[in-house]
Amino acid sequence: MSINVAQKTMILGIETSCDETAAAVVENGTIIRSNAVASQIDIHRRFGGVVPEVASRHHVDQITLVCEEAIKESGVTWDDLDAIAVTEGPGLIGALLVGVNSAKAISFAHHIPLVPVHHITGHIYANRFVHELQFPLIALVVSGGHTELVYMKEHGSYHVVGTTRDDAAGEAFDKVARTLGLPYPGGPEIDRLAREGKPVIDFPRAWLEEGSLDFSFSGLKSAVINYIHNEEQRGNTVSKVDTASSFQASVCEVLVKKTIMAAERYSAKQLLVAGGVSANHEIREQMIRAAEKKGIQLLIPPLKLCTDNAAMIAASGTIGFLKGMRADLSLNGSANLSIEDF
Amino acid sequence: MNILALDSSNLVMGVAVVSGSRVLGELMTNVKKNHSVRLMPAISQLMDDVGLTPDNLDRIAVAQGPGSYTGLRIGVSIAKMMAWSLKKELVGVSSLEIVAQNGRYFDGYIAPFFDARRGQVFAGLYENKDGKIVPKMPDRLVLLKNWLAELKLLEKPLLFLSNDLEKCADLLQTLPKAVMGTGPQNIPRPSELARLASEKEPTPDIHHFLPTYLRLAEAEARWLARQER
Ligand SMILES: [Zn+2]
Repeated sequence: MSINVAQKTMILGIETSCDETAAAVVENGTIIRSNAVASQIDIHRRFGGVVPEVASRHHVDQITLVCEEAIKESGVTWDDLDAIAVTEGPGLIGALLVGVNSAKAISFAHHIPLVPVHHITGHIYANRFVHELQFPLIALVVSGGHTELVYMKEHGSYHVVGTTRDDAAGEAFDKVARTLGLPYPGGPEIDRLAREGKPVIDFPRAWLEEGSLDFSFSGLKSAVINYIHNEEQRGNTVSKVDTASSFQASVCEVLVKKTIMAAERYSAKQLLVAGGVSANHEIREQMIRAAEKKGIQLLIPPLKLCTDNAAMIAASGTIGFLKGMRADLSLNGSANLSIEDF
Repeated sequence: MNILALDSSNLVMGVAVVSGSRVLGELMTNVKKNHSVRLMPAISQLMDDVGLTPDNLDRIAVAQGPGSYTGLRIGVSIAKMMAWSLKKELVGVSSLEIVAQNGRYFDGYIAPFFDARRGQVFAGLYENKDGKIVPKMPDRLVLLKNWLAELKLLEKPLLFLSNDLEKCADLLQTLPKAVMGTGPQNIPRPSELARLASEKEPTPDIHHFLPTYLRLAEAEARWLARQER
């Protein structure tokens, strides 16, 4: 299906799938007019992770505020908007419902079309703020809930060619961080420590069967946890920096090699990295080196567009809008939504 | 004054539009179906039927709780967004107070409640004062057993109103003299919500308007308990 991506558009994005309440206005799918995010990281830190009920309550508290900020900063009026793009899923259902029902209310109140967005496509489209996408491409999506290789042959077409068979990479980061006694969220902490240490501990790499583009991180996760417990039992002090560095090296090596393998198999013109874990320095550096070696253009969003935000939802929603995707007022949140339906 | 009223706080889903003292229309269901899917279409349908557009509204009224957390968030999110984005007034009304209106002509105390699981109920106590149903004490979360023991000490006749009367029948039998609401009296009327909202002050701060959960999130309660130890 060919769409005219040069068409002028103004889209309001709304995102509440996890622990960020976010709204943004994006012009023509590529220009961020505003990008408001109310993060709940501080609120969930004391629980050691995101608590769905607490997250949902905070979304209700923040939703009109972030929308007001996004509208004011963008300088647009309701009449200027072509559509409202909202995260339909996947995510925490109670959290999703706040965004979906808020978006429906605006859609009804101001007669603005509603476009449903798959959260992961948002992460992928955060890259369109960096550079125009060129197809075919391979996107590696890594976050607390996802580790996926997505093949795109054109705008708005998604095919999962590799996925995790157990834990998401981000989950492994969080679990290892907790075992090392690091504060929540663990990903950035491991990243910080890893830079001070050396990858001297030989943790396993899960390649799975020959040629597989799937991932598995539960074995690695257990290996790291066992290592820490065994060392402690022997009375040895565990080097946090070396453990973090070695664990991260294992994750990165697998992610990078499989991504390159997918890029070659699908003759990708571009490689995209997306999702919260793509803020990780080691992954960014290794990806840059590997892509350079293969001569493939690599896109990685700036750090603040790697974590959940609504600009990326509006960017993906722009494509959905141009493709004619519309939701009516019966739109519901969907905790487990397949990207292939988008 | 045109008021749109929404209630998705419990099993009953209700939408009403009133203009001054005239009820223009009401939609109500008392079935286990998804409020998130049905509430916005119901609003759109009713507004259409009575011939009003969102711009014609002056005030949005919402059942603020207590009730199902998810249900509350659906109604409150929609009400907040409509009020804020259309620059209209927002009024929250206790979900129990709405049900209590159905006991208007009862001479005594009106005790509406919602089942809150694990033996608990969200309960209120209201009475008729000069033709107005006013709260005798704040709505609260309480063990039904304890609530009934407290009510036993009251000296006036008692009327229970609840969509969950059957669920709690065993315990309610311990107050043999109490009167039980019948059929339609047990469910909240969205037009009553609208009427109540017409008499109340709108919220001064739409942004921070929140459901009345009457119960902390479980993780929050556990965390607080740990701090006290
Ligand atoms: Zn995300």
